[in-house]
Amino acid sequence: MQYEAVIGLEIHVQIKTRTKMFTAAPYEYGAAPNTLTDAVVLGLPGTLPVLNHTAIEKCAKLGLMLGCEIAEVCKWDRKNYFYPDSPKNYQLTQNEEPLCIGGKVEIELPGPSRNVEGEHRWVALNRIHLEEDPGKLTHEAFETVIDFNRAGVPLAEIVTEPDMSSSAEAVAFLNCLRNMIVYAGISDCDMEKGQLRCDANVSLRPVGSDKLGTRTEMKNLNSISNVKAAIEYEIERQTEILEEGGSITQETRRWEVESGTSFSLRSKEEAHDYRYFPDPDLMPVQMDRARVAELEAELPERPLDKQRRYQEELGLPFTITSVLCVDRELSEFFEEALKTHNAPKQIANYITNDLLRELSAVSEHGESAHSVSQSKLTPAHIGTLAKIIDEGVISKQIGKEVFTEMFATGEMPDAIVEKKGLKQSNDTGEIEALCREAIAGNAKAVGQFKDGNEKALNALKGPVMKATKGKANPKMLDELLKKLIEEGE
Amino acid sequence: MSETPHIDIDYVANLARLDMTDAEKAKLGTQLDDILGYFDKLNAVDVDGVEPMAHAHRVFNVWREGDQPGETYAPEVLTKMAPESRDNQVVVPKVVE
Amino acid sequence: MSDLHFKTISELAAMLAAGETTSVEITQAVIDRTAAVDAQVKAFLSTDAEDALAQAKASDERRAAGEALGPLDGIPIGIKDTLAVKDQPLRCASKMLENYVSPYDATCIVKLREAGAVIWGRLNMDEFAMGSSTENSAYQTTANPWNLETIPGGSSGGSAAAMAAGEAIATLGTDTGGSIRQPAALCGVVGMKPTYGLISRYGLVAFASSLDQVGPFARTVEDAAILMEAMLGKDDLDSTSIAPQGETNYAAALKEKKGPWKLGVPQEFFGEGIDPEVKANIEKAIDWYKSQGCEIVDISLPHSELAVPVYYIVATAEASSNLARFDGVRYSHRSEEAKDAMTLFTKSRGEGFGDEVKRRIILGTYVLSSGYYDAYYLRAQKVRRLILSDFEKAFEQVDAILTPTSPTPAFKRGERADDPLAMYLSDVYTISVNLAGLPAISVPSGFTKSGLPIGLQVIGKAFGEADMFAVANAFEKAHDYAQQTPTL
Repeated sequence: MQYEAVIGLEIHVQIKTRTKMFTAAPYEYGAAPNTLTDAVVLGLPGTLPVLNHTAIEKCAKLGLMLGCEIAEVCKWDRKNYFYPDSPKNYQLTQNEEPLCIGGKVEIELPGPSRNVEGEHRWVALNRIHLEEDPGKLTHEAFETVIDFNRAGVPLAEIVTEPDMSSSAEAVAFLNCLRNMIVYAGISDCDMEKGQLRCDANVSLRPVGSDKLGTRTEMKNLNSISNVKAAIEYEIERQTEILEEGGSITQETRRWEVESGTSFSLRSKEEAHDYRYFPDPDLMPVQMDRARVAELEAELPERPLDKQRRYQEELGLPFTITSVLCVDRELSEFFEEALKTHNAPKQIANYITNDLLRELSAVSEHGESAHSVSQSKLTPAHIGTLAKIIDEGVISKQIGKEVFTEMFATGEMPDAIVEKKGLKQSNDTGEIEALCREAIAGNAKAVGQFKDGNEKALNALKGPVMKATKGKANPKMLDELLKKLIEEGE
Repeated sequence: MSETPHIDIDYVANLARLDMTDAEKAKLGTQLDDILGYFDKLNAVDVDGVEPMAHAHRVFNVWREGDQPGETYAPEVLTKMAPESRDNQVVVPKVVE
Repeated sequence: MSDLHFKTISELAAMLAAGETTSVEITQAVIDRTAAVDAQVKAFLSTDAEDALAQAKASDERRAAGEALGPLDGIPIGIKDTLAVKDQPLRCASKMLENYVSPYDATCIVKLREAGAVIWGRLNMDEFAMGSSTENSAYQTTANPWNLETIPGGSSGGSAAAMAAGEAIATLGTDTGGSIRQPAALCGVVGMKPTYGLISRYGLVAFASSLDQVGPFARTVEDAAILMEAMLGKDDLDSTSIAPQGETNYAAALKEKKGPWKLGVPQEFFGEGIDPEVKANIEKAIDWYKSQGCEIVDISLPHSELAVPVYYIVATAEASSNLARFDGVRYSHRSEEAKDAMTLFTKSRGEGFGDEVKRRIILGTYVLSSGYYDAYYLRAQKVRRLILSDFEKAFEQVDAILTPTSPTPAFKRGERADDPLAMYLSDVYTISVNLAGLPAISVPSGFTKSGLPIGLQVIGKAFGEADMFAVANAFEKAHDYAQQTPTL
């Protein structure tokens, strides 16, 4: 029998706020242990939670970004379970009435090669709710130590429908989701810092069946490559069991990166009786519709919408849009540069080739990852550069030199051209003389050109460019050379 | 719930993480069965269409605005009250998942 | 000056203002009285005389500088062991918190300090406020000063007994199902539970969050009103606290409001289970109101007989979750037998909690557990609304409701120890008020033949404290029960 996988994901995203979900204690990654606590964080006797309005708005914004319906009223529940990282031994969460309902995320699957756009499809969401992060356990040889800094950080839990069928789809989903969340400024989604964490539910069913099989839940998938490997491992494991006539046990499994295998967490099985009930300490939230509309209006364009627009309206190729749109800052830089000079292809090329190359060179030199906003260049630099090339003030060749200079100094390109005397030469007299010299000095190239090899012209252009230090207008040079060769016949 | 309900004390005590002796459990079991029998009174009431009451007052949108960081405790506040601590972290017996 | 400790706040405030006494003198009188009688009464779990005298001295210095803060400035107020006071033990009368010291002040304590009050001692209670006799304290059993063989009521038994014995000028308690009013009635003092949300719960160790309220014990209704004025108000740290509505100058208003009122008497509160002496006493009190021109209206609270089961479902469910934080990890008792995460929890909690607390945690865990939630918890939440509706209908006709506070006077120690259900029924007249979130006060209404106090409960409308105080004050001023003190 042929089986197909059914995959659902639960993604926890730390919402980027300065303070915690239920108290004003601050949070930042990497602080010294237990320096970011207060009475509420530690669950001291007598303390009470108070909602963080900013976190609620950011979560609503996340929901709008992901196409969810924002609930009229949402409520807070207690999820009761004992664990040493949980200061109250219950987690404040939203069980019955979450903030965001439904939703769908457009994903782009990998194409046949890197340069070819893959298929797009939609993955349905079940809900997004707000809850609090627990503290952090560190397991030592004989003991476990606890740091409560992370306790109480606002978490959005995004729950998909069981709507994916391969590890590739899950990976594509996570990548697209992460782009959107970062775009909307909800979270930086750094998985290494635990800002985005993923659990995967996997089940198999005979191809063609619409009944869901028994699922297992995979935990500890703290990188996208782990998600991929763990899902693939689990599909294989379940396939083997089913093919041998066995049945799948519903269980939670932990992925072990080192061994590339997973094992059952029996300890999690004994108490799934969470005794949810409405939290008596927190009042429900009624979402003001006008405010929801405002939040929606503040949303950035979704990355794949932007990619589509660049392709359809600006005529940019996938190889460029895929690079530009993955980074909101880069695409905004691009659009700003268009205001100086509306030449999308040239400007996109400067950004995705020259600018990114220079930025990564800076990063490789040991400095921390360099972003567009950290460089000395503004959109006006790129726009102006493209403009003076198009206007024939300088050649593309000289443009490269100007780019390097302006990236290093932050000077405007026209100023650099002025200062260094790089203006393109349109003096036909001087160039004509040089051309004649070149034709006379390279009969072989002339012969090849006459035989129909256009490229042979380059061998003639080289000495002219060299002599003019690249300032000869290449278009003019082309025409001139052709004319002189024809005349010489 | 026409029959008098009976609590599975072992199951509930485990959920509540309460260690009890068998004698304690036996005594508690009898007392709780009496109490639950008394709770049966509630089944006589028609509650169709009644909205559950989780709070005394119907109030919405009580929250903190502005996301301004407040004061924090020094780690010593925690380590002083904790039964065991080391290097500003709370120590517990090894937790095995 | 030997009787300073039995004076009222308003009397002492006048004396302080006139320079006839000092806060240090008053505080010393209370300290001395406690030293003299607390071996018998056992109201206090701990006291800190040095700290109290330092606060008293600061009060006297303020007054000398012409910066006295108001009627509470310099008045020693005893605190139930479930309210957080910075740098003082906060044990909730439990072994679970034997060594715990609070690093912060409850909001009501902050407000009392702002009013200049002297925060005095830690008062005994039923462990985690679970009980009606204060026999569930892990440390000591408090005696009723009127008869040391009997219980003072509970759970705020220490707060009530300390008042009756003159060990504080006023005390604070907490009331989840009658834990202020019932001991006030049994000890012959005034005890009041405000409208839910009127006083912040921040710093009150939660038993049942949707029912818990802080409230005062006092010698007079006026003193209770003064304390309420100091403590009420919306608190940013408690999302369920609520800005007061209507008249809040209670102490001034109770002198102006003279009735006559329309007073409701629910027949359901005079049926089975009431002690005949209590019944006769309350009927006499109702007759007195009638004699003053009040209209007495027979009302019905048809769902009140369901209040006990609803209460014990809602309260234990919330408690089972609220008390989960006592786990041996961060601050509470840790068992020496803790070997792993499981035994860390089970052994620490098994050793740290007493029988009644365990009983309620088990009950509360059960009613929330899978398969039972709808039958118990959800149904109880719905019946709770029906109980509130009963009151709302009644208050369309009347200004306040009169009932007994407790069906019986103080009973002997140990009498109900092994019968939790009988113990739960001692709260039958008080718990529906908590379920409905209403204010109520117990005022002394006389004594049994054997000399045990009886209390009259006046229930007000939500935020109707001003009227409730006035109704209670009228009765109190026409009788001398509140001025009587036990012989110790």
